[in-house]
Amino acid sequence: MCKDCGCDHVHSDPAPGHHHDHEHPHDHDHGATGLTRRTVELERKVLAQNDEQAAINRAWLADHGVVAINLISSPGSGKTYLLERTLERLSGRVSCGVITGDQRTDNDARRLQGKGAVVRQIETLSACHLDAGRVGSLLPEVAGAGVKLLFIENVGNLVCPAAFDLGETFKVALLSTTEGEDKPVKYPALFSQAPVVVLTKMDLMPHLDWDLSKCRAHLRSIHPGVFIFELSAKTGDGMKAWIEYLEKLVG
Amino acid sequence: MHELSIAMSLVEQVAQVAREQKAVTVPRITVTVGQLSGVDPDALRGAFSLAAEDTAAAGAELVVDIVEARVRCRVCGRSSTPTAPFLHCVDCRSTEVEVEAGRELLIKSIEVDVEVEEKVS
Repeated sequence: MCKDCGCDHVHSDPAPGHHHDHEHPHDHDHGATGLTRRTVELERKVLAQNDEQAAINRAWLADHGVVAINLISSPGSGKTYLLERTLERLSGRVSCGVITGDQRTDNDARRLQGKGAVVRQIETLSACHLDAGRVGSLLPEVAGAGVKLLFIENVGNLVCPAAFDLGETFKVALLSTTEGEDKPVKYPALFSQAPVVVLTKMDLMPHLDWDLSKCRAHLRSIHPGVFIFELSAKTGDGMKAWIEYLEKLVG
Repeated sequence: MHELSIAMSLVEQVAQVAREQKAVTVPRITVTVGQLSGVDPDALRGAFSLAAEDTAAAGAELVVDIVEARVRCRVCGRSSTPTAPFLHCVDCRSTEVEVEAGRELLIKSIEVDVEVEEKVS
């Protein structure tokens, strides 16, 4: 659109109907002054800047021997609760760090304090996801000094966090029994990228019309080979397998 | 609405190219968006027009090329294009597949108008 008059024409074309998709180098003098159009081929990632920082984060984590898990789910699926119980069980066994992201408040960081892990909160304000830059700036303080396992609790959102690589080792998606069992097919971007899915609030299943086998089938249709944990962080059922898995990751 | 963050990153890179090329205007930007990228083309167009305001990309036409999901089957070895987001081999129905295409989120090309300045002889 033309900035001067708001019309849809591109006024800069010197000769209407004569579009340039190549350069016209001139090595002679002439009187004409105008514009020439050329196409710059890029084939560059739109999120190149984020991805470059993610690569730096990934290298930093590898250098320091840290496994980083990017925890993603919708709000209310139990990320923070699972982390609380997980940190308690890993305390004294595996040195953990936590970066937790929310649009506002440090409520989650305060919930996760005092469980033996270094915890830092990122308030993303208007952003609906964490990005590699903000995570990278916290890595030395939260994942240095012998930390083996870093949990990055992303902003509660099934869509946006999936697009932003943080440099994590891998993504873990949470899905609670109070959500529809077809969420994996509704939000495929995340579930197709997360090699591990944790089904949470399994203790509520008897009270719900939630179909575990349907949920598993939906997950596998989006992500063949996905590894699925079923647990209740509240009752502790299924927590043992999850904790043993985490210990093996860093063992 | 992460399309806004994506659009801002796009606009930033367009501005950089426009500076390097000494562009007067940027009439057209072409991006490649895979069906599995999690980016909605319409949301991206809307976000782009907002993010481009008062930048070198203002007024540019955003062309979105969609890339279909394509998988290679580990069982029969063939490539096929299942209906996204369901990832299975169209030929043998196996779900033992690897994604070959569909996750792209690329700036393909940027058209720039640059001034031709020659001395009057």
